[in-house]
Amino acid sequence: MNETVVTVQDFRKVYGDFVAVDGISFHARRGEIFGLLGPNGAGKTSTLECLEGLRRADGGRLDIMGVDPGRDTRRLQNLIGVQLQTSGLPADMSVAEAMKFFCAYHGVAPRFDLLERLGLGEKLRSTYHELSTGQQRRLALALAVAHQPPIVILDEPTAGLDVASRVELHALMQELRDAGSSILLATHDMAEAEKMTDRVAILLKGRIVATGSPRELTATGAGFTKVSVRSENAALSHDNVSFPAVGKHVLKDAYDIYFSTDPAPTVSAILEYLAAHDDKLIDLRVERPSLEERFLEITAA
Amino acid sequence: MTAFVNHFAFEFKTGLRNPTQMLMNYLFPLAFYALMGLVMTQINPDFKETLLPAMIIFAVLVSTLLGMPGPLVEAREAGIFRSFKINGVPALSILAIPALTTIFHALIVSALIALTASSLFGGAAPVDWGSFVLVALVTAFACGGLGALIGVIATGSRSTVLWSQLIFLPSMLIGGLMLPVSLLPESIRPASALLPSTHAMQAFLGLAYRQETSIDPLASFLILAVNGILAFGLAIYLFNWDSRNDARRGHSLMALLVVVPYLAGIFFLK
Repeated sequence: MNETVVTVQDFRKVYGDFVAVDGISFHARRGEIFGLLGPNGAGKTSTLECLEGLRRADGGRLDIMGVDPGRDTRRLQNLIGVQLQTSGLPADMSVAEAMKFFCAYHGVAPRFDLLERLGLGEKLRSTYHELSTGQQRRLALALAVAHQPPIVILDEPTAGLDVASRVELHALMQELRDAGSSILLATHDMAEAEKMTDRVAILLKGRIVATGSPRELTATGAGFTKVSVRSENAALSHDNVSFPAVGKHVLKDAYDIYFSTDPAPTVSAILEYLAAHDDKLIDLRVERPSLEERFLEITAA
Repeated sequence: MTAFVNHFAFEFKTGLRNPTQMLMNYLFPLAFYALMGLVMTQINPDFKETLLPAMIIFAVLVSTLLGMPGPLVEAREAGIFRSFKINGVPALSILAIPALTTIFHALIVSALIALTASSLFGGAAPVDWGSFVLVALVTAFACGGLGALIGVIATGSRSTVLWSQLIFLPSMLIGGLMLPVSLLPESIRPASALLPSTHAMQAFLGLAYRQETSIDPLASFLILAVNGILAFGLAIYLFNWDSRNDARRGHSLMALLVVVPYLAGIFFLK
């Protein structure tokens, strides 16, 4: 589980005078979903394209299970499955033809079960240009994982997908992870990153500005944790009492809402206060700042 | 092998079901052949002597130069080659298989022309059918290479048309298809020797029809063969998966090296 399968070390990518990626380093382990987050132009796609062997690195070291993506593309193709952000298939190629075509090049049997699973079972005879954007993306995903690669690279995989497809895609990603595959996921969707990834790196202007698990990142921010309390006698509202680490207090829909920089002592103090005033707790909610809020905080800084 | 068969079958079917490719591979060459057979043979009865090779060369030029490069350029621009690359399709297959299937379509049309020209329009049959087939194959190979090379170096649909027409239009005018090279003004004949159609026509007439030619037919045959090898070699060398790729090998002007065998052809003009 701790085996490193993707290593990016001091990686640089330049286009003319423009430095797209400026010496970033990270690694992904076997069986983990690693997220690359960042605004447009942060360097996510450049990084992924160099890992996919589509572009050459201008500095540093890239390694995918012992293979240099810039040199040994033949070996690389069996190690990775890629869903590109922008790609295409011939307009006249049917869904079934695409599956047979690419599986033959990978030397595996066509995976029509995957097409069925991703809701393309009834579209086998449809040509690529007859598919909707969401169906095209699902087909691209099916083709990416059909040869069961140990590393899957997904660039904005859920862009343009409806809710049902998104849920199915997330379930498939979980399955791949459980089966030991590693997933590199570039996404703008913070809720998706928070739900799906084990660790993330936040890129900004070609540099990594934060790394860690979504939980670690949201816990270390300056953002407030929202503590919402409702009690039988509403003692907190009547007394208008202050608690440790609380920056702001509001009353909304019979809830006392405290914005705390350190929720543990805040919650302890609230519970002690209610017990001391013989007030019965009805509801208590602790909501950490979301990854999106933390992301905005980091990128704004 | 399965991958090759799948790829070949897909490209071959595309040549039939894609309306533009169907037009270039079959409809346009056969319609032009019918028109020339019906009209040109009435206007100029001598045209019957060269009807078969002229129409076969025309069919090969249309399918390889006008039909083939466009889909290659579109596929590169639409990111299709990127999808192919990450799924393990070799660059060689991307160029060679469409070229092979285009040549295959051109040869089917050539066979149709060869089998019907005599009975339908009184076209002269070749004296040596073996040489006729060989010249048809080398012509398709040379033009297929040029089509692949244009597909590789063209940066968009406009430049594709420009490069294709740079060869196709002069071939129609001074390439020996409608008018024998011997009847061209002296000043234009060297330019004619720079065209694949001229050498194809000379090879057909000299080797398959045993007629007097303006260029040594064996030299023309060899020029076409060398052109084919050079064009495919350059196409593979200059091939780019992606127009945004910054790791391109060589400059696209290297493609002009393909003219070298034809420059040599000028020295074989009689």
